[in-house]
Amino acid sequence: MDVFITALGLVFDPYVLMVIFLSAVFGLFVGSIPGLTATMATALLVPVTFFMEPVPAIAAIGTAVAMAIFAGDIPGALLRIPGTPASAAYVDEAYTLTQKGQAERALGTSLVCAAFGGLFGIVVLTTSAPALAEFALNFSSFEYFWLACLGLTCAAVISTEAPVRGLVSLLIGLFISTIGIGIVGGYPRFTFNITELLGGVSFIPAMIGMFAVSEILRYATQTGERPVIPQQPIRNLFKGLGPILWRYKVNMVRGSVIGTGIGALPGAGADIAAWIAYAISKKSSKEPEKFGTGHVEGLVDSGSANNAGLGGAWVPAIVFGIPGDSVTAIVIGVLFMKGMNPGPTVFLYEPQLIYAVFIAFFLANIALIPLGFIAIRSARQVLRIPRRALMPLILIFCIVGAFAINNTVFGVIIMLILGVLAWIMEENHIPVAPAILGIVLGPLLEDNFLTSMIKSEGSLLGFFERPISAVLGVMTLAAWLLPLVLWLLRKRRSAGASAAP
Amino acid sequence: MKILRTAKTLMLATIGAALMAGAAAAAYPERPITVVVPWGAGGGTDFTGRLIATVMQKKLGVPVNVVNRTGGQGVVGHSAIANAKPDGYTLGVATVEIVMMHWVGLTDLTYKNYTSIGLYNADPAGVQVAADSPWQDVKSLLADIKANPGKFKGSGTAQGGIWHLALAGMLKTAGIDPNAAPWVPSKGAAPGLKELVAGGVSIVTCSPTEAAPLRDAGKVRILAVMGDERMKAFPDVPTLKEDAGVDWAIGAWRGLTGPAGLPQEVTDKLVATFAEVVKDPDFVDGMNKRGFPIVYKAPADHIEFMKTSDVNMGEVMKAIGLAK
Repeated sequence: MDVFITALGLVFDPYVLMVIFLSAVFGLFVGSIPGLTATMATALLVPVTFFMEPVPAIAAIGTAVAMAIFAGDIPGALLRIPGTPASAAYVDEAYTLTQKGQAERALGTSLVCAAFGGLFGIVVLTTSAPALAEFALNFSSFEYFWLACLGLTCAAVISTEAPVRGLVSLLIGLFISTIGIGIVGGYPRFTFNITELLGGVSFIPAMIGMFAVSEILRYATQTGERPVIPQQPIRNLFKGLGPILWRYKVNMVRGSVIGTGIGALPGAGADIAAWIAYAISKKSSKEPEKFGTGHVEGLVDSGSANNAGLGGAWVPAIVFGIPGDSVTAIVIGVLFMKGMNPGPTVFLYEPQLIYAVFIAFFLANIALIPLGFIAIRSARQVLRIPRRALMPLILIFCIVGAFAINNTVFGVIIMLILGVLAWIMEENHIPVAPAILGIVLGPLLEDNFLTSMIKSEGSLLGFFERPISAVLGVMTLAAWLLPLVLWLLRKRRSAGASAAP
Repeated sequence: MKILRTAKTLMLATIGAALMAGAAAAAYPERPITVVVPWGAGGGTDFTGRLIATVMQKKLGVPVNVVNRTGGQGVVGHSAIANAKPDGYTLGVATVEIVMMHWVGLTDLTYKNYTSIGLYNADPAGVQVAADSPWQDVKSLLADIKANPGKFKGSGTAQGGIWHLALAGMLKTAGIDPNAAPWVPSKGAAPGLKELVAGGVSIVTCSPTEAAPLRDAGKVRILAVMGDERMKAFPDVPTLKEDAGVDWAIGAWRGLTGPAGLPQEVTDKLVATFAEVVKDPDFVDGMNKRGFPIVYKAPADHIEFMKTSDVNMGEVMKAIGLAK
């Protein structure tokens, strides 16, 4: 209880509250501009948070992301362009509503569901993370090795439509993670005698490059027409909303549960949560024929799911240091920078900080309702900002940020190289998110594998000797082998069928 | 007319100010100083480096900024200090690794590449075991290691890091094969302690300061410190010599340095200021609060200390087969 009161004191500080407010405005802005994603908002925020105390720093990122994921719905409903990938699942539905003259209803539903889903995710995070951490205190390198394996498997398979492309991206990330001195062997790899590379590829400049610079490059190579903003007055957002939400209260909870669960899976973030929630909503609806014709039911499910996914993604990030999505991948870097090393011990060393962060997230999701309302009202102005003025500004922020992390130009070079790499990857339909998870999980996988081998004196059986480790190991192997076995079975059956007379 | 006169006065004033600034240029320091910390933010070196920067800023009257240059087991940051322009505007915290890294061939840098401004901290190694382990003193721990070579593993830092040497040296001094307790490399003391609590390793020989939060949480027991005397922050923890009769002391240390070849007047100013910093109440309170012992040595002693340390580390590292 003392910890909780200290945590409250840490949050209700004018400076922290101001940071939360400003990052909320920033998040809403970035989210409502098509092409600028929530991950990019995080990458751009990192250099700013560098100069803050741990609590405002993490609170700023959490707030901005929650706002950006909601704000992505605004251009989705008004222009049929999702502001962030997390809104893509129901962009047609929302836009059809707007065409029917019901933009108010679409955006009002999105807003309330986003806040509900967000709060649900945070409640799950606050209640499950400390309990899970207590349990995770018994995890040694064997268990972490399997967790990293599961994370990488998820990253390659779940997060993409084409697993082969996901795998290619993952391997690129794993390669990048091997650069620098190997922690176990102490031997420099791929450093070409450059002292700066001994420390490896700096994570934050890499993130800024892959998420922000690549986006700027894409803009620079594209020539698109400016979309026309519909002239539809938005006056009373919440009019008639009560009955709708009451009617679909089950959907709201179901979407939140799905979102939180999927968010917690490594590699699957808010965007996938929204797709799956939408699909489930359609499948279990009493009137599935209405989906796609401007029906709010799917909006309720997926609008809650993507914001709930954010809270879910923080669970493995804080407890195991394994990111749930690309935002928390960046956050892990920030946590290390602030000395709040993610892992079960974070609740032992400085519990008041972590609880303060949870409280800040809670506040942010409550503030989503009034701030989101203002954002919707001012959407038309924001969408009119010329991109040719915005993009160079973002590039300047990127350069300053990449430099500031280590005060070296080398960070800027890394940012540019990885920015071009990410752009080439995306132009060839290779997703970037698995590469990010590769960069984060690569060292975790390698270190834990090698230290485990040292501990078990080279015996692979050591990975199955501890009970939890054995369970995780069997799960991982099943995830790898099951598709293969199913494929073989199906093949044999079809072969048997054709052989029969 | 009046405007013209005002402009003229302003111009003269500006020229005058510029001239005065020129005259003051002779006195160091006249612009912000950067202190390079070769380890990550939030760690012990970072904490002490930032504390020094804050107090020095007050004494010198110019901003003193801390920059973390991490990676490569300290090579990156230590290189950044040694390769900086020797003008007194780039200083850095040199840590014990500077007398270790060259033995394994990671870098050519030695303590001779630096100008000493003063040693300020030495942190002895400790012997930590899990709270649910059977060992209540180091003697029984050593007996078990001797009876079962290879069974009990140690951790707390990278292969060949300072805490690895602490364990190997303790075993060697006690007449046990230094490889009887194999080393499991970790990214630092915190991950090593996490392994200890999870039952992955049996011993962690990091600094007791680093283990204190886990001891307070009832997860870890500190058996002894590898120092010549007990630590002020842990008066109930005996020294290794008291506890097991093993005469072995080792620890990490931190000192403020600049690149080799700092101008004499700059060095003099910095050494005099630093001698005041280590006595400043803000510095003393900050160090005590986090449990870092203050050990001050003026440059002559600091250099002598690094020289002895360099020879000792080389011997231990050769004995356990780490040095090339």
